[in-house]
Amino acid sequence: MTLARYTLRRLASMLVTLWIIVTLTFFLLRFLPGSPWANPMDLSPEQVAILNEHAGLGRPLIEQYGLYLRGLLTGDLGVSFQFRDQPVTALLAGRIGPSLQLGLQAIVVGALAGTVLGVVAAVRSNTWLDSGSTVTAVLGRSVPSFVAAALLQYVLAVRLGWFPIAGWSFFAHTVLPTIALALAPMADAARFVRTEMVEVLASDYADLARAGGLGPWQVAWKHGLRNSVIPMLTLLGPMAVALLTGSLVVENIFGVPGIGEQLVRSILVNDYPTVMAVTILYSALLLVVVFVVDVLYSVVDPRVRLGGGRR
Amino acid sequence: MSPWRRLLRRPTSVASLAFLAVVVVVAVGATVLGVVDPTAQDLHAVNQTPGGAHLLGTDGFGRDLLARLLMGVRVSLTIAFFAGLLDLTVGIAYGLVSGLAGPSVDAAMQRVLEVLAGIPTLVVLVLMLLVLPPGMVSIVLAMALTGWIPMARLVRAQAFRVKEREFMLAARVLGAGRVRLALRHVLPNSLGLVVVQTMFTIPTAIFFEAFLSFIGLGLRPPVASLGTLLSTGFQTMTFLPHQLLVPAIALSAVMIAFNLLADGLRDAFDPRGVTRR
Repeated sequence: MTLARYTLRRLASMLVTLWIIVTLTFFLLRFLPGSPWANPMDLSPEQVAILNEHAGLGRPLIEQYGLYLRGLLTGDLGVSFQFRDQPVTALLAGRIGPSLQLGLQAIVVGALAGTVLGVVAAVRSNTWLDSGSTVTAVLGRSVPSFVAAALLQYVLAVRLGWFPIAGWSFFAHTVLPTIALALAPMADAARFVRTEMVEVLASDYADLARAGGLGPWQVAWKHGLRNSVIPMLTLLGPMAVALLTGSLVVENIFGVPGIGEQLVRSILVNDYPTVMAVTILYSALLLVVVFVVDVLYSVVDPRVRLGGGRR
Repeated sequence: MSPWRRLLRRPTSVASLAFLAVVVVVAVGATVLGVVDPTAQDLHAVNQTPGGAHLLGTDGFGRDLLARLLMGVRVSLTIAFFAGLLDLTVGIAYGLVSGLAGPSVDAAMQRVLEVLAGIPTLVVLVLMLLVLPPGMVSIVLAMALTGWIPMARLVRAQAFRVKEREFMLAARVLGAGRVRLALRHVLPNSLGLVVVQTMFTIPTAIFFEAFLSFIGLGLRPPVASLGTLLSTGFQTMTFLPHQLLVPAIALSAVMIAFNLLADGLRDAFDPRGVTRR
């Protein structure tokens, strides 16, 4: 398969997936019990009818669906039920910044720390350094980010007072949520780099490099890293998934005004347009990440698109 | 050396296996036999710290935390068990059909899989749990909706690998039908990989139960699960940290044990790294 064909095929499958998600989201949420103006306000049936009409809930379902699709294409995600007439797009736009910052910080910190751990474990394999790094990796993979977040908040913020408990004004506010979110990517990266590195260090060319007088760390740096960092690209997809999932609760715990925090709130108050918008946004984001990673990887390692090879 | 021997030679695997066995027996035994009662209230002993009559303290309603923890572990394990079982059956069936039914069926099934695999688990779970009534069955169903995909891929790949072997040709020559080929030859040859894959879905399921309950989409408070215990514990964390620490440590310990056991099983059953990414 040529690169162009491969890219097109992946793009098509991505768009179909996205369309299915949009459609599912739309129809599923229409079956939900409850309405945005059910409990708190005592409205007459006439008033409810007017509100429904205003929000477009009175039209036939298929027409609402068409309108929604058209709106999506123009970046119009509807109007939030929760905040009086605020467009969802505007509501989310203000919240992308913190989520993105947190996500990027976590992925950079996690990948770097994980690479260091992995290299150390491989170069000093079967020593206490290796075991220590493995234990750290197992912990990072096993302890969910929101549990880590709660524990970090209790120990480092509530007890010791080293960091602010919650909020989003200074850099200090970002430290604990970043650590909590970085644990899983760190564990993944450490495991991955260690496996790749052990393989490289056992190879003939590593032997040759050592015979030429390079020390173990130099071999790891010059030969190992180059060969193990590129395949790490494939980890980006799963990492992004884990980060998004984790950010939902971690943002809540640390009071970060991000997308995840908004989603949790919107779920609790039946704000369908916002829930829909966030699920679609998340899906689109993840699909794009996976798509870009797959295409990049097929450039680096053409075996992927020729069928077979690693994935 | 057989895979089981290889597994038992690894101390972390043995320790995890033993730990999980004890946890399962104690949690299920104590709650089923009624040794502990997770709903009994002792209103004279509300919010007790660990020690004394209540080993791990009590919650805001005077319920024994140890009893609730054991119940919580049982609920989480039950969810994980059924989620794993569904992934297993659907995934194996889909993988076997796709792998053995011929190129055109396979191509179609693979396109479907490709599209479904793109839907993030988080999105599926949030949507399904908004629609379905809250409860264990809903969580299990929502998780199974896309959870079977890795298993299907694995079994299909294994079917392709086994298809070319001589014993398959021999079986076909002797008149074995497709169903027999699938169940008698391909399936047994995939068993190791299936076990490994299942072991990885269990901690994932435990995680998602806790996660969903924490954001208010999973189980709701009178029910004890690791997730609801964590979420109530988090609310009182500042003053009664043990109410958070107890379920947090329990959840982490169970997750660590399952992950270590899964690693051990993978290395034992799959030394060549087929399931490894």
